[in-house]
Amino acid sequence: MGVEFIFPEFEVVRNENRCIACRVCERQCANEVHTFSAEKDIMLSDETKCVNCQRCVSLCPTRALKIVKSDCTLRENANWQNDTIKEIYKQANSGGVLLSSMGNPKPFPVYWDRILINASQVTNPPIDPLREPMETRVFLGKKPAGIERDENGQLKNNLPVHLELSMPIMFSAMSYGSISYNAHAALARAATELGILYNTGEGGLHEDFYCYGENTIVQVASGRFGVHEDYLKAGAAIEIKMGQGAKPGIGGHLPGEKIVDDVSRTRMIPEGSDAISPAPHHDIYSIEDLRQLVFSLKEATQYSKPVIVKVAAVHNIAAIASGIARSGADIIAIDGFRGGTGAAPTRIRDNVGIPIELALASVDRRLRDEGIRNNVSLVVGGSVRSASDVVKAIALGADACYIATAALLALGCHLCRTCQSGRCNWGIATQKPELVKRLNPDIGCERLVNLMNAWRHEIKELMGGMGINSIEALKGNRLMLRGVGLNQKELEILGISHAGE
Amino acid sequence: MKRIFVNEDWCLGCHLCEYNCAFANSGLTDMTDLKGKRIYPRIHIEGNDRISFAVSCRHCTDPICVKSCIAGAISKDGEVVKIDKEKCVGCLTCVLVCPYGALAPNENGVMQKCELCLENSCGEPACVSGCPNRAIVYEQRGE
Amino acid sequence: MNSEVNKVKHYVIIGNCVAAVGCIEGIRSKDSEGEITVISAEKRPAYCRPLISYYLEGMTDIEKMSYRPADFYDRMKCRVVYDTATDIDSKHKKIHTENSGEFAYDSLCIATGSSAFVPPFEGLETVKKKFCFMTLDDALALENALTDKTRVFIVGAGLIGLKCAEGIAQRVGKITVCDMADRVLSSILDESCASVMQKQLEENGIDFMLGDSVERFDKNKAFMKNGDEIEFDILVLAVGVRARTALACKAGCRTDRGIIIDKYMKTDIPDIFAAGDCAQGDDMLSGEKRIIAIMPNAYFQGFTAGENMAGAYEAFDKAIAMNSIGFFGLNVMTAGKYDGEKYVQLDNGSVKQLYIKDGYLNGFIIIGGKERAGIYTNFIRERIPLDTVDFETLKRVASNIAFSNETRRKKFGGVV
Repeated sequence: MGVEFIFPEFEVVRNENRCIACRVCERQCANEVHTFSAEKDIMLSDETKCVNCQRCVSLCPTRALKIVKSDCTLRENANWQNDTIKEIYKQANSGGVLLSSMGNPKPFPVYWDRILINASQVTNPPIDPLREPMETRVFLGKKPAGIERDENGQLKNNLPVHLELSMPIMFSAMSYGSISYNAHAALARAATELGILYNTGEGGLHEDFYCYGENTIVQVASGRFGVHEDYLKAGAAIEIKMGQGAKPGIGGHLPGEKIVDDVSRTRMIPEGSDAISPAPHHDIYSIEDLRQLVFSLKEATQYSKPVIVKVAAVHNIAAIASGIARSGADIIAIDGFRGGTGAAPTRIRDNVGIPIELALASVDRRLRDEGIRNNVSLVVGGSVRSASDVVKAIALGADACYIATAALLALGCHLCRTCQSGRCNWGIATQKPELVKRLNPDIGCERLVNLMNAWRHEIKELMGGMGINSIEALKGNRLMLRGVGLNQKELEILGISHAGE
Repeated sequence: MKRIFVNEDWCLGCHLCEYNCAFANSGLTDMTDLKGKRIYPRIHIEGNDRISFAVSCRHCTDPICVKSCIAGAISKDGEVVKIDKEKCVGCLTCVLVCPYGALAPNENGVMQKCELCLENSCGEPACVSGCPNRAIVYEQRGE
Repeated sequence: MNSEVNKVKHYVIIGNCVAAVGCIEGIRSKDSEGEITVISAEKRPAYCRPLISYYLEGMTDIEKMSYRPADFYDRMKCRVVYDTATDIDSKHKKIHTENSGEFAYDSLCIATGSSAFVPPFEGLETVKKKFCFMTLDDALALENALTDKTRVFIVGAGLIGLKCAEGIAQRVGKITVCDMADRVLSSILDESCASVMQKQLEENGIDFMLGDSVERFDKNKAFMKNGDEIEFDILVLAVGVRARTALACKAGCRTDRGIIIDKYMKTDIPDIFAAGDCAQGDDMLSGEKRIIAIMPNAYFQGFTAGENMAGAYEAFDKAIAMNSIGFFGLNVMTAGKYDGEKYVQLDNGSVKQLYIKDGYLNGFIIIGGKERAGIYTNFIRERIPLDTVDFETLKRVASNIAFSNETRRKKFGGVV
């Protein structure tokens, strides 16, 4: 209290007429907001602990609860806004670096929302996806330079190793440790059912999930946690993580309290020890070094699996991508600055990196200009929120999209953005067994499959509207996009015309 | 024959099933009318700080409660074990013999137990439809 | 198949209470064709004997007391003869009755139950209003004699005497119960538990004269052995019961206190079975032949007898003594034998005593607790070794949490 007091951000509003004191809210809140007063026979709440995860609201059987943003106001102004002032208070209280979770919440432009999609009228008629076949399959990896024939004139299969996806979406890297066993189980099962891939992140692969290997991307990151030969061979592809959109330029830190039992075994580090991923890979200081790792991994897996190099979208992304495309990597994954995280320093998350839309457009153009676009596939992530974002990304040149936040939302995440606390009431970003069990993978898998099927339908509808019947024909087809409210430079980088042009 | 099964891996011990059960069998139209009332559900949560699970009548093939009831109030009607509330005198012999602990008296001392919501308006057992984590399911298995 | 095998079987059941109903249902679970004849001395369909006190209390009525629905005998294709069997000719497989002639049987079940034991008290014949408390007719007769001024003297502080006391407590002026034993419910409770129940009964207006018995009666007066005298208007004799074994004796069956049966409910005479309060079968815990005159047991025995009469070979070898009985809202549940190391738990007026022997639960007494005692009973009946469960948890509270999760998965998860 006193100078250290920061007024809670949310208020718990309980409709006493509806509350039957069943205490479900109390039992379900890991933050211990709700308590039952036997003396008064009513429920009480301590809103200083509330993170607005909506768990209690969702489970209250009589809809007696709602969480509202407190209107207790600081004297903010355009420069000194509420959050800015509170962050100062927090740091004055703690003396520490501020930590945050999930993606950049700041009001930077969302280019997806300033791009509009074309549709056919009169000429080149639209296609009805319910009546006509639509191809949403994509193949990721190097494309052969040309058609080759044998001495008999028959086509030679000169296709390099590649990934086949039933639709241009994959679940991006979230480590076992940052998210729960059940979250991983749901992602793995959904990816398998959907014919797409999910990504282990840098936490290794739990032995229970080796059976989903054909739909798994195994990641190798700077901490090298959980990396061993069987792990590399278990997946359909290997991803070298150079950077992450939410925190470019820095490593990761999974606190020791999350390194429990299976997590420790899977990561191959002692229980309770902090898992610190260094900012750089200590063996990579050049494209040549990267090339060595790419080929080491290929060597270890007998050249049977494509290698992905994942980087954060930063200022020189086009040049960086050009280097990666020459490193022997098969796929480049670019993570935009709105990408999520289980924990990142707030300043980094909110101020470092660039939007994925611009990064994608410039990388695609650069690789085309250099004639090496077919050396690699491009996968983009960092807040792809809907089927239309996917369609726009593909038209800007992506081969596929990575989604994570959207997948977590399907699993129950309510974006309270306090993953770093480890007390995720939805059983996702936690290792506490009593919380982990709140996510039943049967339900999680079903919801992920639902979400992806819904998006697939929408992608087909959008493509059909444009008169396009396969993802391949949409790829890099920027004529299908128009900008609104964008300046000349932005349009130039995106390589699209303004609406009306 | 569909039965209620509980998977304790997914039971959260939230006790919603108890409230949904009490409401479904209360004849009330709005759950908020349970306010201020003690509930007498036909399913109950057991457990400790790590494990929890819901217990309700198993509708045994050879129900010992039916055979033991001193009032002839419990019978097996097809596959469902039922209690005739009019006949029950609340002697608790069924409690004494049920190996699962699935019976308990209501507010009037008359015994009650899960009858699969077949005679209320739920359609599906209320504990099942209200379980937030699909820990309680209503399925036909292996018959 | 030859005609001998196809022949419709004739089943006869003497008696028409719980064991008989169990027997009928047991037969019908194996044989839907055979002819079943029930010879019932009481002139009414099977009803729930223990409910007669609830009837006097006004908690049930005669219609609701019937043990099975009205169409039961029809549905079971069962003929009921309201008459008294007088003799069994086991040689010719025939039963003689008072008024209905003879009945031939292929397979017979004796389920004659028990009757009230009336000791030869001196002067008993001078007591005008005296009743037993066994049958509905007894209860109806007793009810007829009651007024709100009546002083009732009950001889016997066992289950029957005390249930009678509870049943009429609101309808009479005064109730006094005497018993030779120094405590109430001496057959099912130890001293400390008995005193809890005695207190409960006393708080509800029942007076006791324990450790004393009647020396003689003289009209409305009883003279006790210790010199006390008591005046009463109505005398209820609830000293005990005796198995009705006379018919079985005539048939040549071996009898002791009851008709001796094996675990298939067979007597030692071919094709004669016995079940219920008249039968003396194996007590699972002591291994001795014992009459366990409780209703669930009567049903189990009757059912097993029925199955075996119809040609099955089913054993019932899990007979244990158990009772759940309440007085003025305070319930007591007991089961098994009070033998072994005793675990006592007292809280808030409730009492729990568990008896553990050789790693098994042997018996228990629970007063005031209503939750899940069946879990304990199951440990006794199924002889579940206590080292396979978390007994520390189990003894505190009867909960399924004490089992391993594999066991629970089988019990509740449908995992085979």
